[in-house]
Amino acid sequence: MSEPVLEVDNLSVTFRTRNGLAQVLDHVSFSLGQGETLGIVGESGCGKSMTALSIMGLVPTPPGRIAGGAVRLRGEDLLSAGERRMRSIRGNEISMIFQEPMTSLNPVFTVGEQIAETVRLHEGLSQRDALARAVETLKAVGIPAPEKRVSEYPHQLSGGMRQRVMIAMALACNPSVLIADEPTTALDVTVQAQIFDLLRELQDRTNAAIVLITHDMGAIAETADKVVVMYAGRIIESGTVGEILADPRHPYTQGLIACVPHFLANPPVERPPLVEIPGLVPPLSDLGTGCAFAPRCRHVMPRCRGERPPLMAAEPGHEAACWLLDEAVPA
Amino acid sequence: MSAAPETGSKQDFLRVEDLKVHFRLNRRLFAEQRLVHAVDGVSFSIRRGTTFGLVGESGSGKSTTAFAIMRLVKLTGGRIDLDGIDLGGLEGKALREMRRRFQIIFQDPYSSLNPRMRAGAIVREPMDLMAIGNPEERDGKVAEIFRRVGLRPEQQALFPHQFSGGQRQRIGVARALSTEPDLIVCDEPVSALDVAIQAQILNLLRNLQRELGLTYLFISHDLGVVQYVCDEVAVMYLGRIVEQGDRISLFGKPLHPYTWALLSAVPSTDPALHSKGRRIRLVGDPPSPIDPPAGCRFVARCPFAVERCHAESPRLRTIHPGHSVACHLVDDDGNAPHHRLD
Ligand SMILES: Nc1ncnc2c1ncn2[C@@H]1O[C@H](COP(=O)(O)OP(=O)(O)OP(=O)(O)O)[C@@H](O)[C@H]1O
Ligand SMILES: Nc1ncnc2c1ncn2[C@@H]1O[C@H](COP(=O)(O)OP(=O)(O)OP(=O)(O)O)[C@@H](O)[C@H]1O
Ligand code: SF4
Ligand SMILES: [Mg+2]
Ligand SMILES: [Mg+2]
Repeated sequence: MSEPVLEVDNLSVTFRTRNGLAQVLDHVSFSLGQGETLGIVGESGCGKSMTALSIMGLVPTPPGRIAGGAVRLRGEDLLSAGERRMRSIRGNEISMIFQEPMTSLNPVFTVGEQIAETVRLHEGLSQRDALARAVETLKAVGIPAPEKRVSEYPHQLSGGMRQRVMIAMALACNPSVLIADEPTTALDVTVQAQIFDLLRELQDRTNAAIVLITHDMGAIAETADKVVVMYAGRIIESGTVGEILADPRHPYTQGLIACVPHFLANPPVERPPLVEIPGLVPPLSDLGTGCAFAPRCRHVMPRCRGERPPLMAAEPGHEAACWLLDEAVPA
Repeated sequence: MSAAPETGSKQDFLRVEDLKVHFRLNRRLFAEQRLVHAVDGVSFSIRRGTTFGLVGESGSGKSTTAFAIMRLVKLTGGRIDLDGIDLGGLEGKALREMRRRFQIIFQDPYSSLNPRMRAGAIVREPMDLMAIGNPEERDGKVAEIFRRVGLRPEQQALFPHQFSGGQRQRIGVARALSTEPDLIVCDEPVSALDVAIQAQILNLLRNLQRELGLTYLFISHDLGVVQYVCDEVAVMYLGRIVEQGDRISLFGKPLHPYTWALLSAVPSTDPALHSKGRRIRLVGDPPSPIDPPAGCRFVARCPFAVERCHAESPRLRTIHPGHSVACHLVDDDGNAPHHRLD
């Protein structure tokens, strides 16, 4: 792999809550090269969005606090960058697409005005050039009749079109990193496929690095190169998409893959019950000292409850934080 | 549950015939009357003890079909028979009696439970409303249902916000079970849940079906879930059923170009789907149900449309036993236009 574009290095984030200090991110590390796509998966509340917000410098502080680690964009540490510098990075070099486009588009400005504003700020274009550019951008993301749509308000567009506008805005400045947080969750399957095609196409053209947050293993299988699996604020497994799907090593990842009725070309006649992961994600303010997954794990051993497993190599480039990996290797 | 004797020769427990639900959009005087053809001539039947799936894009009329069966919206036309009884012909006590036999579970376990009621009262309410049993019997019943859906009886005293999302959906299931229904309409019952919790609820619904002989109408946009849960599936597009079949033939060999496009768009972990001449993309968004096209509802987005498709609306016809399709270009031997491309 070439020089990494984005490096997240032992990032820790805490939040003050009513129940005490919550370790929302705990030593999260990964890196991403140009043109690569990293998928982040895990149950609700495990820290996927918080990872994205930390990269963007958007963690609300307080109650949040960056407790340690670094986020580097081509070697430059973003956590120590000033607000002015971060503003210029956001939108220029790192863009983000949020889950619900309606909340991130401004309802009182037309779609064209919003895109134009973005390119004007970042590229110093004149009002007229910026508007022309907005039309071009809408066209590039496959919005029909862009000359007409450019003067419409967000609520006049369908959900799929709004998400395409978000993508248009995120890409208007050719970012080197694009973070997509559940970009298609609210959309129809056919529209979802259009959006994923669009992201892939744009990546081919601009060679952007993409961080894709999703709960859809199918989307991961078809889009990501690498995957990190998060549980209770920590990365518990990482590897190439092929390794993670074919040979998951952490019991949580195994459960996450096995509990889903995957869409198949030819569904089998027999339908055994789905594998369940019993119990719930533990509260982040009370994770104890052992493996955070221990209370739900089928393979739990005495050691798991007392001692927290670090990420251990299963094979080169494939790591999992589970004591089973330690047991497998003769001492 | 009461294992009512089979009525007539038919195994069909629910029969929906030519169902139409239209909504009036503009109530202003002199303004042009506009009708939303939300459901526009839908027919299907569900065998007792089986699960029937409805899939299709947002706005295709799935929930409206469900609401019509639940009698939560007014029918513009058509007929619904439950266990051989015409629901439209019922009134007063007879209707109330019948009502306990069908229940609904909604998508959102957060907003469908009254936040100011305790979980036990939520589950008990339908029994009170329908005066089922005497009050003491109801207490015992609620406790039993709690156990059945995997909640502890003492959790009856808690309020909805004191439960996790998955537990809240269990309360929704418990409430639906309280009147001992035969049919449960499940409208996106697991869409708001994490995959780990989703598996728990799907297994619960499956076990309840086996134990109680329940019949389900199951609506979901997750085709992996539908493929796993449903015995038969109908695909809706703009208020009509465009294809219907048993799960094996519908997913294995889709006949309608829309079904084909829909299935090809599902992202999948199955390598067999990554190569298989897949990836046909529909362009644009589905048209509005306000002024649906005269011919085939799918004509504007269909890659194979010919002149006839614009002029004439295709009827749903049976190609093989248990598999029907509404498309002019599928011949009687089940050759569909997209089969050439696969
Ligand atoms: N303002 C806040 N105060 C306290 N805790 C917070 C705050 N914002 C987020 N958290 C906690 O941080 C944790 C991580 O949240 P995050 O939004 O990253 O989850 P996620 O993985 O994106 O989940 P989802 O799949 O539901 O989007 C959660 O447990 C959440 O409760
Ligand atoms: N009360 C109403 N008044 C007017 N139009 C309505 C009403 N209820 C539904 N509709 C319209 O009827 C059509 C069908 O809606 P319905 O909710 O049945 O779709 P759906 O298939 O359940 O979609 P989704 O997947 O988004 O839940 C839509 O165009 C919707 O806007
Ligand atoms: S470390 Fe122990 S408890 Fe944790 S996942 Fe591995 S076996 Fe299970
Ligand atoms: Mg999130
Ligand atoms: Mg609906």
